[in-house]
Amino acid sequence: MGWLARLRNSWSHAGDTFDEEARFHLDQRTDEYIRGGMTAEAARRAALKRFGSVALATDRTGDADRFRWVDDFRRDAGYGLRTLRRSPGFALLAILCLTLGIGANAAVFGWIEGILLRPFPLVVDQDRLFAVVSTNRGSYRDDMAWPDWLDLQRGSALVDAFIAEKITGSTLSVGDRAERTIGSVVSANYFDAIGVHPILGRGFSPGDDIGRNAHPLTVISYEMWQERFHGDPDVVGRTQVLSGLPHTIVGVAPKGFYGTFVGYAFQFWVPVSMQAQFQGGGYRLEDRGARWIEGFVRLKPGVTMDQAQAELSAIMARLERDFPETNTGRGIRLYPLWQTPFNGAASMRPTLTVALGVVLAVLLIACANVGILLLVRAFARRQEMTVRLSIGAGRGRLIRQLLTEGLILATIAGAGGFAIARWLRDALALIAPARSGITPRFAGELDWRVFAAGMVVCLGSTVLFGLVPALATSDINLADALRGASGSVDASRRAGWLRSSLVVVQVALSVVLLVGAGLVIKSFQAMRAASPGFTTDGVVTTALDLIGAGYDAGRARILQDELLRRLRAVNGVQSAAVSASTPFSYASFAMARIAVDGYDAPRDQQPTAEFNTISADYFTTLGISIVAGRAFTDADDERAARVAIVDETMGARFWRGANPVGSRVQANGQWMSVVGVARPIKMHNLLDAPSPYFYVPARQNPIRNFAFHIRTRLGAAALRPLLVAEIQTLDANIAPSELLTMREQVDRMATAQQVALPMLIVFGAIALTLAVIGLYAVMSATVAQGTRQLALRAALGAEASDLMRLVLARGMAVTAIGVAAGAACAFGTTRLMGYLLYQVSPRDPIVFAAALLVVAVSAAVTCLIPAWRATRTDPLQALRA
Amino acid sequence: MILRRRKPDALQGTLDLLVLKTLSRGPHHGYGIAADIQAISDDILRVEEGSLYPALHRMEHLGWIAAEWQTTENNRRARIYRLTRAGEKRLAEEQEKWARLTKGVARVLRYA
Repeated sequence: MGWLARLRNSWSHAGDTFDEEARFHLDQRTDEYIRGGMTAEAARRAALKRFGSVALATDRTGDADRFRWVDDFRRDAGYGLRTLRRSPGFALLAILCLTLGIGANAAVFGWIEGILLRPFPLVVDQDRLFAVVSTNRGSYRDDMAWPDWLDLQRGSALVDAFIAEKITGSTLSVGDRAERTIGSVVSANYFDAIGVHPILGRGFSPGDDIGRNAHPLTVISYEMWQERFHGDPDVVGRTQVLSGLPHTIVGVAPKGFYGTFVGYAFQFWVPVSMQAQFQGGGYRLEDRGARWIEGFVRLKPGVTMDQAQAELSAIMARLERDFPETNTGRGIRLYPLWQTPFNGAASMRPTLTVALGVVLAVLLIACANVGILLLVRAFARRQEMTVRLSIGAGRGRLIRQLLTEGLILATIAGAGGFAIARWLRDALALIAPARSGITPRFAGELDWRVFAAGMVVCLGSTVLFGLVPALATSDINLADALRGASGSVDASRRAGWLRSSLVVVQVALSVVLLVGAGLVIKSFQAMRAASPGFTTDGVVTTALDLIGAGYDAGRARILQDELLRRLRAVNGVQSAAVSASTPFSYASFAMARIAVDGYDAPRDQQPTAEFNTISADYFTTLGISIVAGRAFTDADDERAARVAIVDETMGARFWRGANPVGSRVQANGQWMSVVGVARPIKMHNLLDAPSPYFYVPARQNPIRNFAFHIRTRLGAAALRPLLVAEIQTLDANIAPSELLTMREQVDRMATAQQVALPMLIVFGAIALTLAVIGLYAVMSATVAQGTRQLALRAALGAEASDLMRLVLARGMAVTAIGVAAGAACAFGTTRLMGYLLYQVSPRDPIVFAAALLVVAVSAAVTCLIPAWRATRTDPLQALRA
Repeated sequence: MILRRRKPDALQGTLDLLVLKTLSRGPHHGYGIAADIQAISDDILRVEEGSLYPALHRMEHLGWIAAEWQTTENNRRARIYRLTRAGEKRLAEEQEKWARLTKGVARVLRYA
């Protein structure tokens, strides 16, 4: 027999034959003594005495036959399970606490994996994928230009594949129905480069990304295939009208592939040669100045990001020399996937970071709680521990025994936690604002990495909550413990001190979480109350994509005018206007290089400003006031002189206090005279810093992709059917996007806060509940163990109210320390959530006070019950016991 | 008494040596080994059961001795141990080591 046999013995107990061997030995010895003249009974006794402890010999022989730890673990596990079954209340509470803690962690790990680390299901080698953005003079982030992209591809030796894409909306016509959907314009290598193979047909072929509108081909998503084509196996080769143009379906993407954009599930892909069909602004494949690609690179194995960055930067520097006109100051920057600046990852990352901190805090609280429960129970089990120690169990064995029990708890809770995490996988998509026709996708991914991280959390928490009680319990002074059943004062004081410190930790963490939740609530209120600079009430907004519907500029203009005329005629509509972009929408505003009469820009600095193209009633409809000059009128058309309106920020920056009205401004090479000055508005979100902004009239600058805004007494719900009817009368092939009030539009840009708010409130509440349970357990134990002392006081004449005050004071003292520690901790850490806060100081005194009050009151109420029980102590009974 | 638990290293080796030597005279059960050692040493060496059996099982796992259940002449089932080839080699080594040790100790006692 070797170690294998020992291992087998360890599991099967096959080596358990020593009993018989020992019996034989004793029988032989007894015979010997009988032969020596003893009576049978005396001989047996003598033989046993001579043998010594059979148990010890069995144990030591067993050690030789088995690996002790395996056997111990089996025994401990069995023993632990029986112990837990004997106190189901304790077990249930402990498992519940841990399940919450571990589940919350697993869920957040899953989200981080699925949204930040490996966000694209089915895409191969995601750890070698990096996001690419263009930089302007080292800082400003921008998309990439296609000719630059091709030059990089030709010049690079370290990059495996350049994957170009741009998110695009489209109107999908099926029969007489028109619907908005979302997809992507991609380079021809797309499907090969990401290692995703269509289940029907093929991906795109080399050359499909060359030419202007030369390859009307599309690969559709599995969902689209199922829902619109009912899983038709012959769908390849059929055509689908996308953006007003029939596209030949060449492939169907596999199930579970959603594209390479964090936040949305894509429904179709077309080659970049179709770019002009899907986006405004003309054909861009040959324009080095047009930046529109949000791309990725996959590096060759073993190449680091820094190496690739150096190589690509060198190529960009060469392009800067070769094409100074378009590329001066232009560089390139790589980001790991989780830092991708251009998709949903950017908005979710800070939220997930805070979430990670929050769930770790919840786990700590849960661990402290289970630790307290174990300590309280361990104290009740002192007798058992003492007995086991006195018959020769080692302290190490005892600690292992307690840790095994902890591991059982953690394992059960871990399984429950993963069930919770699975269930919460899509929770973020539910909280995140939905858009019609577009499926939000923020899915958690529960792969082996998340599982491994979860296991680490389980084991870590076991050590956290199990080791302290184990050490405290096994540290028993045998002589003292055996002398008095109630245990030594010293040890009980030490255990009490430990429990109290765990409660302090819990209370402190709850305070931190509640302060966090309070700050986010207050930010949310401030955001709701904040004015973005335009009216949010009574204005609804929606968008029409006429490029996607195949309109040219002339037809678009006719439709716009007719639609506005009809809408104004609707009863209850006060005014209506169109604009190229909507404030607070995902789409970015157009940006122009500008020059201003009388303003000399510093050398090598090109002033830029964002602008919007608007129709006449825009300012009235959105309630933006004109502080000087006039608004646009319908007379500002292509026959009239070119005009512009600047906002006060731009006026202050470029006219330095002088009135801009009457002077000239140049944008993208076109001179216009300034006719008015508008009050500035927030454009992207409420945190925007003011930046120069101007408006140009739609009649002089045709737009085909536009939003329209309606000021009305009717609600969005009442307006929608009217609006759809008006549009369908004009053209049955176009569909408006979702109809929102401006209020909703503004709220949407608060995604981070919207996701963080319920999360912090829920976790804050859980934390407080757990802390209160912990406090209750500690106070109950304190009262139970102090019964003698309380009884003595009662016997010496203490009133019930004195006893109550005594217990309450004890509980509140622990709470006070915890609250103080928590406040100090929150004071130092809340500034980390800076981005989530809006017009609230991270050290807002009201929020701090409220959080402290909530914790203090909960603690006081919790202590009342044990305190009341203390007053019920019967001195006679307690002292006699 | 030399077979106390307190000094495991050197004395465990001694117990091993005694057991192996006893078994070299033929297979025996645990009680018989203990009795033999006691008898041959004229009652100077008394093997403690609490040490003997763990040692037997340990040597069995090391492959120096092998065991099997047999029925004795008085019709009891006993676990009979016998020396293996590896055990014989080990015995030779242990004997050699012991001889050197006693020689060394004897010299020190004579001259010190």
